[in-house]
Amino acid sequence: MFVLVEMTDTVRIPPWQFERKLNESIAEELNKKLANKVVYNVGLCICLYDITKLEDSYIFPGDGASHTKVHFRYVVFHPFLDEILIGQIKSCSQDGVHVSLGFFDDIVIPPESLQQPAKFDEAEQVWVWEYETEEGAHDLYMDIGEEIRFRVVDETFVDTSPTGPSSAEASTSNAAEEVQKKEAPYTLVVTMCISSYGIVSVVVYSVSKIAPLSQGTDCFKLTMNQCHKMKGVEKGRN
Amino acid sequence: MEVKDANAALLSNFEVYQLLTDLKQQRKESGKTKQSSGQQNLNTIMYETLKYISKTPCRYQSPEIVREFLVAMKDHKLTKAEKLQLLNHRPVSAVEIQLMVEESEERLTEEQIESLLQTVTNILPGDPEEQQRDSAMATEDKGDQA
Repeated sequence: MFVLVEMTDTVRIPPWQFERKLNESIAEELNKKLANKVVYNVGLCICLYDITKLEDSYIFPGDGASHTKVHFRYVVFHPFLDEILIGQIKSCSQDGVHVSLGFFDDIVIPPESLQQPAKFDEAEQVWVWEYETEEGAHDLYMDIGEEIRFRVVDETFVDTSPTGPSSAEASTSNAAEEVQKKEAPYTLVVTMCISSYGIVSVVVYSVSKIAPLSQGTDCFKLTMNQCHKMKGVEKGRN
Repeated sequence: MEVKDANAALLSNFEVYQLLTDLKQQRKESGKTKQSSGQQNLNTIMYETLKYISKTPCRYQSPEIVREFLVAMKDHKLTKAEKLQLLNHRPVSAVEIQLMVEESEERLTEEQIESLLQTVTNILPGDPEEQQRDSAMATEDKGDQA
């Protein structure tokens, strides 16, 4: 889930911080610059791991601050392809299920990747997995706050740096569009498709919804009856 | 700013957890001398990441346990990414192993999967409350059967 990224940067230390130890000031500046920010094609930066090398500090004419070139390593959130992660369902919409990891929110499960067959329940605004067993169909709701496992399939980096003055004229005329244009700089597209996972997380959840273990079988039969009645299907088992 | 190596090393959740708790300790000790305006981002990400990692089995691990785990994993011929996932998630069932290990049906036989599960559950500590509950249920079952 987390990787170490080697980077170099020139850090500016203002004169009023000269009394502090250089390493501390530099660590603070780097964290201020990078923590909780997405670096294009790298990932979400978490915190500084260590400083590998400090080059000489220079003071340039006209500016009293010192400039130091620093080689450092940063902890970055960047899951690799096909990695399994556990997250909480944040919300559901027509374009899929949105999952959150707490510190990272832009994870989406497109409808095609949900356990098939799945349909979107408009009334409750949740995705529902229609789970088929030999006895009948069973609806499992993907409620908000549920923990699910998913596999990372794709990642997208969007460069959200401000555009230059040439495109500013075009954008001022579409003031309304600008507001909607807030794109997430880093999005993960994930899947729940493979039957194993869905079972690991969903079956556990469905059992708890039905009843505690001791009363399990009776309640299960009850819900199966309801299913049969709703579907109007004739089945031997009741 | 220049990125020299975007993938210098993989970090396990445990290492990040340790790093963040040490950082939190340091900042608490140094007191509130730093301006909080610039530090807000760092505080937010530290808090959220710690909250997330604390819910995983990583908080019960230690450097010795991780070393022991990696030594034990040498015989099973798994890739680095697979070992990392096993370390981070601590699977307890064969289904979970199948998810994390690619082509597990071809590469591992049933006994190998079983032995892998055994190694994982023995070396990596799980949630102590859950383990107590599991052992209590197991003794209950034995009692019922008898």
